[in-house]
Amino acid sequence: MATTMITTLDRSSRAAARGLSDISIRNLFIIPTILFLIVFNIFPLIYSLGYSFTDFRASTNAPANFVGLQNYRDLLNDPYVWSNFAITAKYVIISVAGQLFVGFGVAMLLNRDIPMKGLLTTLLLLPMMLSMAVVGLFWKLLYDPSFGIINYALGLGTFEWLADPKMALYAVALTDIWMWSPFVMLLSLAGLSAVPKHLYEAAAIDRAGPFYTFFRITLPLVAPILMIAVIFRTMEAFKTFDLAYILTSQPTAELISIRLYKMAFQEWQTGRSCAMAYIVLIMVLAITNIYVKYLNKVKER
Amino acid sequence: MRKIVTSVLAGVGLALACGTSVHAQEKSLTIFWAEWDPANYLQELGNEYEKETGVKITVETTPWSDFQTKAFTEFNAHGDAYDLVVGDSQWLGAGSTGGHYVDLTDFFKKHKLNDVMAPATVKYYAEYPGNSGKYWAIPLEGDAVGWSYRKDWFEDPKEKEAFKAKYGYDLDVPKDFKALRDIAEFFYRPDQKKYGIAIYTDNSYDAMAMGFENALFSYGGELGDYATYKVDGHINSEKAVAALDAYKELYKFTPPGWAKSFFVEDNQAITENLAAMSMNYFAFFPSLINESSNPNAKNTGFFANPPGPNGDQFAALGGQGISVVSYSQKQDEAMKFLEWFIKDETQKKWAALGGYTCSAAVLKSPEFQSATPYNKAFYETMFKVKDFWAVPEYAELLQQLNQRIYPYMIGGSGTAKETLDALAADWNATFKKYGRVK
Repeated sequence: MATTMITTLDRSSRAAARGLSDISIRNLFIIPTILFLIVFNIFPLIYSLGYSFTDFRASTNAPANFVGLQNYRDLLNDPYVWSNFAITAKYVIISVAGQLFVGFGVAMLLNRDIPMKGLLTTLLLLPMMLSMAVVGLFWKLLYDPSFGIINYALGLGTFEWLADPKMALYAVALTDIWMWSPFVMLLSLAGLSAVPKHLYEAAAIDRAGPFYTFFRITLPLVAPILMIAVIFRTMEAFKTFDLAYILTSQPTAELISIRLYKMAFQEWQTGRSCAMAYIVLIMVLAITNIYVKYLNKVKER
Repeated sequence: MRKIVTSVLAGVGLALACGTSVHAQEKSLTIFWAEWDPANYLQELGNEYEKETGVKITVETTPWSDFQTKAFTEFNAHGDAYDLVVGDSQWLGAGSTGGHYVDLTDFFKKHKLNDVMAPATVKYYAEYPGNSGKYWAIPLEGDAVGWSYRKDWFEDPKEKEAFKAKYGYDLDVPKDFKALRDIAEFFYRPDQKKYGIAIYTDNSYDAMAMGFENALFSYGGELGDYATYKVDGHINSEKAVAALDAYKELYKFTPPGWAKSFFVEDNQAITENLAAMSMNYFAFFPSLINESSNPNAKNTGFFANPPGPNGDQFAALGGQGISVVSYSQKQDEAMKFLEWFIKDETQKKWAALGGYTCSAAVLKSPEFQSATPYNKAFYETMFKVKDFWAVPEYAELLQQLNQRIYPYMIGGSGTAKETLDALAADWNATFKKYGRVK
């Protein structure tokens, strides 16, 4: 069965001459990867599941006691954790919607014959090539109420972007939108250029308006690739840590990953933080699954 | 194929050679500390030690923000990368009960360090649990929260006149918390981009706790009973509530965006002409009298944390003791270094290099007190300091404090009484969880 899955080895190749069969070559490539995955991903995953049922603290030598579902019960009853989840959900929605809107919009603008299109696209891609921590650090300077350029340019005086509890989360989301819209733009651009030109010609002959053309031709054909962008960005936004951690310490902008980090590496509540990580994992899996189901449906159309 | 085998063998050989060369230089010690000026001074002191004994001292540093995380990751892995660590005072509980620190009680008794070092430094940097007579560290860098201020603003005759007219007493270094508040209000002029005061508000580690403690202790309040772990009636007492309100009041007069500020921002408030007064650890004051890092160096003065309404005067403790890591392979060498470090002449050298010695004799000496503009305030402060909880679960207590106090301080939600009642309940639950109270 397995041999039929891969292309057979060319009999005159050097590998064949050394007596390596298709299967041994396949194993040579796959086994190290599988081993790597098992040692560094699967094993810790299962090991931490075990810890999530104990009161283990990595900072002490005290043995871990089995506490059953206590950690999960405590976490799901903790109003702070719920507020972290609500904040994260709000953040994901704002930031992914923003990126989709900006990214797709820019892609629509770029999807035509304009001079220096290549250069323009490359320049627009720069933000997503920077490190998250660096972006966080210099946006902190941009937002600064005393000398930040944003307030200066917009004439906002000493508006406190990050120190205002109501504004902080939006400020973080805005930075994330700035950074990751290019990613959505890139994927949308690929989708847009794959739309067959003759469909637009046919629409033009039928005197279809621009809105009709957009909603009946462009959007349905680009939708699957947009869905992929949404999946990626949702997962990433759910995990956002460095950006938010550097920008603000407002409790109103404390994402679930920041809470998790504090619990695991500042308070050293190893067992409880493992449980929390599992709750987050299950949520991300569930959300991604919904998307993937929807993506398949879109593709079938 | 043979080529590959040869090159792999060569690589292994090289690795072994490097490995043995490291082993050959066995007389070396690695000290782990946070990345700041005192660590550089300690390196210089270490160089002196190398000259005398031939043992190489390397002070390895990491930024403050991940100092705790990095140190405990190494401890938890039982790693021997560091022979000595200059750990925060709150780590004593976790370091000692977790088995990461070597018990230094005998060393302490042999050298009578109880008499050599200032009492507060022994109590907070070395002993755990409190009053147990067990010691885990040698006080190394004394530190507490003090204040810097703009002498030129304070001494301006026009300002003095205006201040007297408005408040009815002379503008001078604040005599108590009320004066601190009045001066902050007086200099708060957003239209001139001048602000009254810079305080700690960062809630990611212990910054806001230290700032609040400065008010709490001077108002006569307490975090709780360190012996019985009873918090109800202490942290939410009337005095504590008044202290929290006083600290929140100061936040009104801070520069804009002052919601995540710690030592860097607070020094900037002075160097960038933002604020009239700024709270900071003494350890960060050397850069304020250095003209290359502070254009206002000549006009910067210093004072100790002022007393509260009832005359109590205390300050929040910073600073660190040096401990021997129990996983180190070179504990004997480390002990020899400590024996050298506690000598009087070493302590004098340490102070001269810029380190804040904890040696009572050096602290009391006139040479020390007149060496810098802030040494006198430091000496005064070091005999009236108090610290946060040092139990192994201190980080959870700190997190709960941040969670309760920050929204009140910065977001203005609830009242001081509600905030501290809730904090007392949180702390009580945590102490219950670890079996410290029933």
